[in-house]
Amino acid sequence: MSQATHPFDLIIIGAGPAGLAAAIYTARAAVRTLVIDQSSAGGQVKTTHQVANYPGFIEPVPGYELAGNMKKQAEKYGTKFELAAEITAINLVGEEKWVKIDDETYTAKHVIIATGSSPRLLNVPGEQEFKGGGISYCATCDGEFYTGKDIIVVGGGNSAMEESLLLLQFVKSITVIHQFDTLQAEKITADKMIKNPKVNILWSHEPRGFDKKDDRIIVTAENLKTKELITLERDGVFIFVGMLPSVDLFRNTPLQLNEQGYIVTNEKMETNLEGVYAAGDVRDKKYRQITTAVGDGTIASLEIIQKI
Amino acid sequence: MLQTNLEHVTSKEQLQQIINSNEKVAVCCGRMGPMCIPVYDIFDVFREKYPDVKFMDMDFDIPDAAVIRSLPECRTFRGLPFTIYYCNGKVVKATTSIQDAKQVKDVISEVFS
Repeated sequence: MSQATHPFDLIIIGAGPAGLAAAIYTARAAVRTLVIDQSSAGGQVKTTHQVANYPGFIEPVPGYELAGNMKKQAEKYGTKFELAAEITAINLVGEEKWVKIDDETYTAKHVIIATGSSPRLLNVPGEQEFKGGGISYCATCDGEFYTGKDIIVVGGGNSAMEESLLLLQFVKSITVIHQFDTLQAEKITADKMIKNPKVNILWSHEPRGFDKKDDRIIVTAENLKTKELITLERDGVFIFVGMLPSVDLFRNTPLQLNEQGYIVTNEKMETNLEGVYAAGDVRDKKYRQITTAVGDGTIASLEIIQKI
Repeated sequence: MLQTNLEHVTSKEQLQQIINSNEKVAVCCGRMGPMCIPVYDIFDVFREKYPDVKFMDMDFDIPDAAVIRSLPECRTFRGLPFTIYYCNGKVVKATTSIQDAKQVKDVISEVFS
């Protein structure tokens, strides 16, 4: 099988705001830039209904429009894209880094990792099997299927409670399964849930598996204090248990990650590997916003432009 | 309504005509809003990669989408979008909820190769 090699100055892995901001800067500075993403361009922004706090837009802007414009802006300056692409091998050490996609090899002296984060899965039996058939991760998309039904929500953070409030417009009841004794969501949101007569909370429990009986989902949950297992039968389950950095691709590389799996960088966005930078939500930092991702991408790109 | 780069199916008659006149058809039937964008965009990228496959989208909420909503293959589906693959006029695969590029690619290899 023939292998083609495509040389670039910079490979950016991830086409969210951090990656696209970096690409706009580098491509505009005549740095040969390739952006690779396993999905389409835009990261989490593209699925955000409205973005109201991105500077320069007086009225809220649809996320897909903001993301689409970022991509067009990067393209306008000459950025090349490989989207919906599966990276099959990667090398981040040595002077020349490379990435393989199918039979193609892409090389560059510099790499920016901007792979962002993705929803955390519970990784329990039945979760993948029943996704879309009783298990969901999106209230806006799938809430209507559960009109007048009894459902379970897993999670107690802001996302879980905000999505639950939306689900309450459709469902007959919600049982929240939460691993702690208190909700982690902001008090005003948590109080709305606790006071709602359609809501019941199962404290200190975690799901251990899902099964199906006819059209109903059977949830096995463990009481974390007594270790007792209980089963609940409901019409559906919505899972909102936070986000995880998207770093699976780098697990077998010498790239330094922190305990939570986020990539460790300095203020120049440099990682522990020479020529490899990280930007956006995948990086170890406190605030994860579109604006901070764009800032990270800008810093990484300016550092690279200086070195080329 | 979200405008994608895909050809948009607006009626059951149009859908029938498309699956009758194309050997390989993939239809992503979802809300024409941001949440289904990942699949629409993957279809858009794959149009170039698989020129023999007709990639389309359709609004899940229009009455004519009942032709997809009521398919036996979708009976247990409760996650948008519903993505239907037709070969020679027949449903050969249906998936529910968001699928990533690898999953879509695997289905295409499975049913259209």
